[in-house]
Amino acid sequence: MRSVILDTLTGKRVPRRVDFAHILLVLCMLALVCFTALPMLAMVCRAFMPLDELYVYPPRIIVRRPTFSNFSDLLNSLNASEVPFTRYIFNSLLTTGATVFLTIFVSCAGAYGLAKFKPRGSKTIFAVITSALMFSSYVTQIPNYLIVTELGLVNSYWALILPKIAVAYNFFLVKQFADQLPDSILEAARIDGAGELKVFWTVAMPMLKPAWSTLAVFSFVSNWNDYFSALVYINKDAMKTLPLALQTLAGGAGVVARSGSVGAATLLTTVPTIVIFCILRGRVMQTMTYSGIKS
Amino acid sequence: MKQVEKRKNRLPSSKMAKRNNVTGYLFMTPFLILFTTFTMIPIAVAMGLSLTNYNLVERPEFIGLSNYVNLILEDDVFLKSLGNTIVFALLTGPTGYIASFLMAWLITLMKKGRGAFALAFYAPSLTSGVAMATIWLIIFSGDRNGYLNNFLLNIGLITEPILWTKDATYLKWVIVLISVWMSMGTGFLVFLAGLQNIDPSIYEAARMDGMKNRFQELRYITLPLMKPQLLFGAVNSVVGAFAIFDVATSVAGMPSPNYAAHTIVAHLYDYAFIRMNMGYASAVAMILFLMTFIVGRICFYVFRSED
Repeated sequence: MRSVILDTLTGKRVPRRVDFAHILLVLCMLALVCFTALPMLAMVCRAFMPLDELYVYPPRIIVRRPTFSNFSDLLNSLNASEVPFTRYIFNSLLTTGATVFLTIFVSCAGAYGLAKFKPRGSKTIFAVITSALMFSSYVTQIPNYLIVTELGLVNSYWALILPKIAVAYNFFLVKQFADQLPDSILEAARIDGAGELKVFWTVAMPMLKPAWSTLAVFSFVSNWNDYFSALVYINKDAMKTLPLALQTLAGGAGVVARSGSVGAATLLTTVPTIVIFCILRGRVMQTMTYSGIKS
Repeated sequence: MKQVEKRKNRLPSSKMAKRNNVTGYLFMTPFLILFTTFTMIPIAVAMGLSLTNYNLVERPEFIGLSNYVNLILEDDVFLKSLGNTIVFALLTGPTGYIASFLMAWLITLMKKGRGAFALAFYAPSLTSGVAMATIWLIIFSGDRNGYLNNFLLNIGLITEPILWTKDATYLKWVIVLISVWMSMGTGFLVFLAGLQNIDPSIYEAARMDGMKNRFQELRYITLPLMKPQLLFGAVNSVVGAFAIFDVATSVAGMPSPNYAAHTIVAHLYDYAFIRMNMGYASAVAMILFLMTFIVGRICFYVFRSED
């Protein structure tokens, strides 16, 4: 079956036995890929469509005369308004970058400490973290709002960073991977006289690279796309992140004239996560092998 | 061996254990502080607040279970949001889960083009629901210019354009479709990795023993070996399926026509951050918490590993 699917797809060799089920299977896969890819294709094309093509009847998916004018409209003309669009890009990059960076260190240090030193009570702590996988972040949103308000962080970048550093999911991923680290290598470094911090930093962290690369991808994707936190913690225009800014741009008056810019902004909001994923795909697969839960 | 003995001589084992405790906790401190502040304490606070009447200005007033009683007996919109959430979760959770498993399974059977297929299939879950909403609103636009209406009119399936996002009956299905589109999620990657990690010699041995086809392999080898990954994927898809919000509000608006796309999280947001009724909203949060937690525990039971 392995070769039949492949050969049907590539047409290299006439399969010995092409039965109905195999053809159906390949068709199903192609249909599914169409289902996932068509909206993406429309999204990419609309970003490059001149205004007349955006409103042509019948509607087009594929762009005929691609143009960059939507992007220059978005970045230039909006600069005239109070908050330039580049500011939203900066806000998103800064808060997402900082969150990813901090969550990597905090989760790796924590997971390493738990997996390799197994201090007293670590079983209980891990059980609590595992059950926290089952809370959606919405459950804790109200108390978090009160805490962030109490700390005076509303409308600051910290409001979008601090609550999202210690995430159970992130800890879990690294911990499952850290379990596999061979103690002998860590021990060898200690015997060579390295302090615990140095062992962590120069020996464990490089070995944990697949785990924290995965974390970087997931954390980047979820924080970059996070709409709810900004909605709750931010009400100043200049502090908004991309999803919130895009929603403002896409709604309200004059939206027809702006639809080119909306297309460009949608693409700009979507592309970074896909690029990050493509770069780190190989490492993600390595970590995911260990991410199962044994119950 | 020699080195281990040397170490033992340097530090007696009880002292070693103590030192390990201290070092371990030192490494865990930053995570534990933040996790306690932003996850553990909030869960407790949410439980407490759900028993109060609290508007951010006055002190919380203890009112027992009144919020829950009101939610279930008086709040028709909540019941509607609960119903919608359950319908959305039942339709999108299992569909996304099964589709991503099948896709992962089929991809491992391929030899070429794995990467491209994986990306084509996984890319939707990398996108922002809010950003894609701008495209969905064009695809499901209610006039002849909408991609879907145009397509259906062309092939003659409909004669008049359908108001996909304005008509409550269609709106629900539109939200389900978009959520399925986005929910191929982490499950897919976990499954893909799990599948690729299964030793091929196990399959060969099984074939010698008379295993007939791929479906038998799937049933008797692949699925049992992948229980931990299946569980992780299930937990994630349960949490995601009950938390549909971004997509629903940005496609359907808030409030949506006839509350057809109103979900529990939308109700939570409405009461907490628009009406500032934190006690009542916390009760909504606790119900969401209970639902995900119970279904999550059921997943733990279903996918338990025997060893």
